[in-house]
Amino acid sequence: MIDVANAITLLANYIIVPSLAYGSQLALGALGITLVYAVLRFSNFAHGEMMSFGTMIAILMVWLFQSIGISIAPLPTALIALPFSIITTIFLLLILDKFVFRYYQSQRVQPVTFMIVSVGVMFFLAGFIRFIIGTSKKNFADGERFIIKASEFKQMTGLAEGLSIRTTQAITVIATLILVTAIFWFLNKTRMGKSMRAFSDNEDLALLSGIKPERVIIVTWMLVGALAAVAGTLYGLDKGYKPFVYLQLVLPIFAAAIVGGVGNPIGAVIGGYVIAFSEAFITFAYKRFLTYLLPDEWAPDGLVQLLSTEYKFAVSFVLLVIVLLVRPTGLFRGKTL
Amino acid sequence: MSRNNLILVVGVIIVAAVVILNLDLNTEKKTETAEIKIGISLGFTGPLESLAPAMNQGAQMAISEVAESNALLGGSKVAAVTGDSTCADTAAAVATGERLVTAENVNAIVGAMCSGAAQAVLEAVAMPNGIVMISGSATAPVLSTVDDNGLFFRTAPSDARSAEVLADILLEGGYKSIAITYVNNDYGKGLGSAIEANFVAGGGTVTINTGHEENKGDYSADAAALAQAGGDILVVAGYADGGGGAIIQGSLDIGSFETFFLPDGMYADSLTTSFGSQIEGSFGASAGTDSPGDATFKTLFAEAGHEYNVYAGEYYDAAALILLSMQAANSASSSDFKGHVMDVANAPGEKIYPGELAKALQILADGGDVDYVGASAVELIEPGESGGSYLQYEVRNGKFETVGYR
Repeated sequence: MIDVANAITLLANYIIVPSLAYGSQLALGALGITLVYAVLRFSNFAHGEMMSFGTMIAILMVWLFQSIGISIAPLPTALIALPFSIITTIFLLLILDKFVFRYYQSQRVQPVTFMIVSVGVMFFLAGFIRFIIGTSKKNFADGERFIIKASEFKQMTGLAEGLSIRTTQAITVIATLILVTAIFWFLNKTRMGKSMRAFSDNEDLALLSGIKPERVIIVTWMLVGALAAVAGTLYGLDKGYKPFVYLQLVLPIFAAAIVGGVGNPIGAVIGGYVIAFSEAFITFAYKRFLTYLLPDEWAPDGLVQLLSTEYKFAVSFVLLVIVLLVRPTGLFRGKTL
Repeated sequence: MSRNNLILVVGVIIVAAVVILNLDLNTEKKTETAEIKIGISLGFTGPLESLAPAMNQGAQMAISEVAESNALLGGSKVAAVTGDSTCADTAAAVATGERLVTAENVNAIVGAMCSGAAQAVLEAVAMPNGIVMISGSATAPVLSTVDDNGLFFRTAPSDARSAEVLADILLEGGYKSIAITYVNNDYGKGLGSAIEANFVAGGGTVTINTGHEENKGDYSADAAALAQAGGDILVVAGYADGGGGAIIQGSLDIGSFETFFLPDGMYADSLTTSFGSQIEGSFGASAGTDSPGDATFKTLFAEAGHEYNVYAGEYYDAAALILLSMQAANSASSSDFKGHVMDVANAPGEKIYPGELAKALQILADGGDVDYVGASAVELIEPGESGGSYLQYEVRNGKFETVGYR
């Protein structure tokens, strides 16, 4: 019985808790990508850098707060910096919309052209961010680091395996829950949300029923900005901020959006968790897990690892390919690409 | 008219100058009976070009110190000739070596800088011509096994030697099983597998030896895999500001390892700044010496107006060893003095520190014995390479503290 408890704790410590946090970050990112795809009809490759921009603003605000002595210990200062980050990111996206995307919208260009434009915006933002904050790693998590430490857990329960839950992981999951609930409420219950969905469903019909496209687009960018700022800040808070990481992050985020069904908000959220958990489950070494569960003579000598951790990103791509081949609309029937 | 005159005058002056200079050069050549030339072949261009100037200045310092003493082989003149060995382009390195030996008639070569270039020059130039080569920075283990007719020496330790020392420290610390993670490049991979080989040979077990990529956002999966393999201590053959530091963070977060073994890439204050007493008791070793020669050399080097960089001291020693061996053999010919390099470098004899080359030349001329210590505490082991001296450190009270030398 103790062995089973140990095995479960082990899985919780190494897979479930980290993947819940990572999945939440992916889910928020994928939700942003899916909203742009649903309403504006293009794949926004600049989303990673938009997240990075939001994080940068949060870091600058945290530094400001720290220098004037404002803190909300034991919670990280980044939480009070978040509103500023959201507002600034929204402001940036509205500027980008007005001066870049709006032009191509009015020209009614092909989605491919739009995608390339987003790549251009991505490079611009990447350079801009490095220009302001530099390329080195920044740690801005402060306050209490752990809710439960592995060693404390061992003492409390008497188990051989520890379970550690970091404050940032808990904050990530809770913030994601709140934000996703709010977005779904907005999309389903408010007049603006309904117009967005109508616009996404059939643009011409929506225009005929008197929906103003400019307002729909502006509101979409505002939602995307908020999502990007929160997702980026939570990721940076949890894992440390390095500007180049957000370019790599775009890949699993796209995988999450497509696996869940691109253009479908529920799919994006579920997709985030699917990607995070499959990456963790496939690259995990089950040696100790099996040692707990199997009789002693069956205990494995090797690591029992399906794929080395270097192939973590490959997992999301294999999943992406399988979904595109078997169910091109994604798990939750989004639009086909 | 006046203009023509002016041109005429200038022309006469130029001709006169050329004639006088020529005469001057001729007389100089006549008096100069036996000038000794030392070739300095370093990677002045290529991937490590930023390190070459300090190495060159180190070697030049030793050569000019000897030249000023006027004591070498009864007052022979000494001069340095530089050449570019590049780092990656072995063909260019060989061509430079060829030029130094055949056109400049150098008596010995200091260099080459990178291991690949050093091996190429050794095999294609130094061995056919019987020229002694001493490198201060080529550390590849393969150079220990090259059949060099006793012509090749190095004042830097082989990488294989560092791994031996590191594995010894681990075994002496009482660790029986270790997990290794290395940064996936030549440095990390070589160090990781060499530590594993030496540790297993010493009776320990390695639970996992796996690489990690630099520049990833998230190292929690790497930390998780290492945790599953288990072990008494985690050896992190990586970089403090990169993946190595991130894996330590990940391991601390999930509570899998508490002590870490930190080779030279992790010996950075940034590591203790971010983890402090969380990694209390973690330890490691890197190249370093407590020899007073090191400090003396750095002072002399700074006084000469040079900017110190790694291996500058090793190159000072390389050039000094060549010149002292010549004095010991009483001959500037490589075939004569190659057998004296080890004698000069090792005990017995009077210890020689940087800046004392004139004294050493005098002792040797009088038939005495010297034990050259130099800037890098030179102690040559077979087959003609530095045993290296290592600085052992431990994290105490959240800071790296030096606990000993070996």
